[in-house]
Amino acid sequence: MAGVAELLEGKRVCICAGSGGVGKTTTSAAIAAGMAARGLKVAVLTIDPAKRLADSLGLPELGNTERQVDPALFAEAGVDPGEGELWAMMLDSKQTFDEVVRKHAPDEETRDQILSNRIYEQLSNALAGSQEYMAMEKLFEIHAEDRYDLLVLDTPPSRNALDFLDAPKRLTQFIEGRALQVFTRPAGFGMKLFGRGTSMMFSILRRITGVNLLEDLAEFFQAFSGMVDGFRERARRVNELLADDQTSFLVVCAPQGEPISEAVYFHRKLVEAELPFGGVIVNKVHYGWDLPDDPGALTDELAEALSDADLAHRVVANLADYAALSARDHHNVEHLAAEIRTRAVIQVPYLDEDVHDLTGLMEINRYLFASGSEERAAIATSV
Amino acid sequence: MIVTGKGGVGKSTVALALALAAARRGKRTILCEVSAQEHLSRVFHRAEVGFHEVEMAENLWAISIDPDESLREYVLLQLKVKAMRDLLFKSRIFTYLAAATPGLKELVTIGKIWELALEDRKVKQGRNYDLVIVDAPATGHGVGFLQTPRTFANVARVGPIRQQAEILDKFIRNRKRTGMAVVTLPEEMPVNETAKLERDLASEVGVQVSRIFCNGLYPERFPEEEAGALIELAAEREGAVRVACRAAASESRRARAEREQLARLEELTEAPVTTLPFLFEPELGVEEIGVLADEVADEVAV
Repeated sequence: MAGVAELLEGKRVCICAGSGGVGKTTTSAAIAAGMAARGLKVAVLTIDPAKRLADSLGLPELGNTERQVDPALFAEAGVDPGEGELWAMMLDSKQTFDEVVRKHAPDEETRDQILSNRIYEQLSNALAGSQEYMAMEKLFEIHAEDRYDLLVLDTPPSRNALDFLDAPKRLTQFIEGRALQVFTRPAGFGMKLFGRGTSMMFSILRRITGVNLLEDLAEFFQAFSGMVDGFRERARRVNELLADDQTSFLVVCAPQGEPISEAVYFHRKLVEAELPFGGVIVNKVHYGWDLPDDPGALTDELAEALSDADLAHRVVANLADYAALSARDHHNVEHLAAEIRTRAVIQVPYLDEDVHDLTGLMEINRYLFASGSEERAAIATSV
Repeated sequence: MIVTGKGGVGKSTVALALALAAARRGKRTILCEVSAQEHLSRVFHRAEVGFHEVEMAENLWAISIDPDESLREYVLLQLKVKAMRDLLFKSRIFTYLAAATPGLKELVTIGKIWELALEDRKVKQGRNYDLVIVDAPATGHGVGFLQTPRTFANVARVGPIRQQAEILDKFIRNRKRTGMAVVTLPEEMPVNETAKLERDLASEVGVQVSRIFCNGLYPERFPEEEAGALIELAAEREGAVRVACRAAASESRRARAEREQLARLEELTEAPVTTLPFLFEPELGVEEIGVLADEVADEVAV
C-alpha cells in the first residue's frame, strides 16, 4: 500500500482520529511536516503535544493562533521544503468556545451573561463532546480563511474516538434542548406546554436538585436561546466540511487487541456517517522479529561469535519475546485490514526512543510516506 | 481505591490486578468499571457485567456502573412516594435535565461508588465489601470526573444536591478510607501528565495521590557494554544473527530510555512509585494479570 502522500492527494483537510495513547499527536505532526516537506503550505492543529516536541517546534503553550515553524529546522533535518511551510497551533477549547459565543451573541448583555454563567463555565470542560466540537469549530474557521493548502487536525484524547463524531450532534441537541425552553418562557406558558403536573414536577426537581441549580440552568438557556439558530447553522456547515470529499479521515491506532477493535468500530461508524475514510495508521508495531526454526543453532552461532554462552542464551530468549509480539501484531494488523476491507494500512514500527524534534518526525515519515509496505520493511530492518 | 490515569497505559489491567490481589487475601472486593468499557467481561470471557454486582471469582465481584441506572437508583432512594417517581421518570423535562446538566452523570456515578463502599448499604440487602476498586475513566484533560462533587457543591448552594455533593467530595478526599492510584508508563508524555495530574488533584480536588504505578517497564537484559558488542556484531552479520542482535540492542535502548523516564517520574512526583514489568505476552488474560497481582499485593495488604 502506498503512503500518506498518495492518501492525501488533492485533500484540503486531514483528520487524525483514534483513541488515546496511540501516538496520534506525533502522527499528526509528522504528516503535517511531511506534506510541508513536499512543498505544501500546511497547518497542524494540535491538542497536547509533548512539551519537548512543542518546544523544539517553537510552539508556545497557549495561543489558539497558528505559528510558523522555523524553516531553518527543516534545513537542520536535512530537508528542503521549497515553497512548503509548516504552521502549528495549540488548540484551546475554552478560548474557542468563548470566541464562538462572542461571534453569535445578539448583544453585549447576552454575551456577558453567558460568559459569566456558572453552568457555562462548567460546560466547556464537562459536557462530553464540547472539546471535540471546538476542535472542529477551529478547523472550520481556519479552513474558511483559505490560507493553507492542507489542514491536519489532531483530535482530542477522548475516551473513545466516537465522541468526536458525535460531538456536533450532542452539542446542538444540548443547546437546542427544546424541552428545556420551558425555563425560558413565562411560568404559565411552560405549564400549559407540559400540562398538569408540571408544577409538581418542579417541586420534585427542586427537592432533588436544590433550586439554585435550576435557576442557573434557566438563565443559561434563556441567554443561549437567541443563539440557537446561529449555532445550529454553524454546526451544519462544520458537518459539511467533515463530509467533504476534500476531507480525509485517517484512523490512528496501535497493534494491541483493544485499540485494533476500536479502530474497526470507528471505521464502521465513519462509513455509516458517510464520512470520507482515507486509511489506517498503526503505530508502535513490532515487525521483522522472526525466530528461526532452529533457535538452538542460532544460540550456538551467537555463543561462538560473542564468545559468551550466557549472553547468547539471553539474546535468543529476548528474540523469542520480540518474535511473540511481532506475531501478535502481524495477526492483529491482518485482522484489521480484513475487517475494514482496505489495503490502506500503514504500519510504523515501535521506535526505541521518543520523538521530540523535526528530525524525529522526519524519521517517522520514512515509514508514513514510504511507497509501499516492502519499502517500509526494508527501512525497518536496515536501522 | 480509585485507579486513574490517561488512556492506553493499562489502567484497567492494574485495577484488576489490585482487585485479584485483595480477593486472594480474603477481602471481599468489588471492582467497578465506569463508562461501559466492559474490559472485565473480555478478560473473564463472559457476557456483559452490567449494572449488577456479579461474582467473578472467590471474594471478587464486579459491576459496570451505568450513569442512567445510577441516577434512577438515586431518585428511587430519594423519593419514597411511587406516584412522584413515576411522574418524574415519565417527564420529558427530567430526561432532558438529566442529559443536559453538565457533570450530573459523573456525580451519580461517584454516588454509586460511595454507596457500594458504605457499611450500611442503601440498596436493599446490599452486600458488604471490604474494598471497592474503581477503574475510573481515563483522564483526557485534568481531573474532571473527580472534581464533579466539588463543582456541584459550589453550583448548588443549598438543597439535597449540595448535601450529597459535599458527602461525595469528603468521601473522595478521605485519605484514610479512599486511596488514589495513578497508572502511567515510563515514557515522556505519560510521565509529564502524571506529574500534572498529581498537582491538579491536590490543588483542584484536594486529593493526595497515594501510589503511582509505572506500568510496562522493560527488563534490563543487556547492560550498555554488552549492547555495544551486539550492535557491532549486527553490523558484521546477516540473517538470524543480525536480527537477534538488533532485537537485543533495541531492548537495551528501550530499557535504558525507560529508566531515564522512571527517574524523571520519581523526581517530578511526590507519591511512592511502584514499577510493574512489561509482559511479553500476546494478550493479557486472567493468568497474566494474576502475575501482576503478586506485584501489587502490598498495596491492598492493609
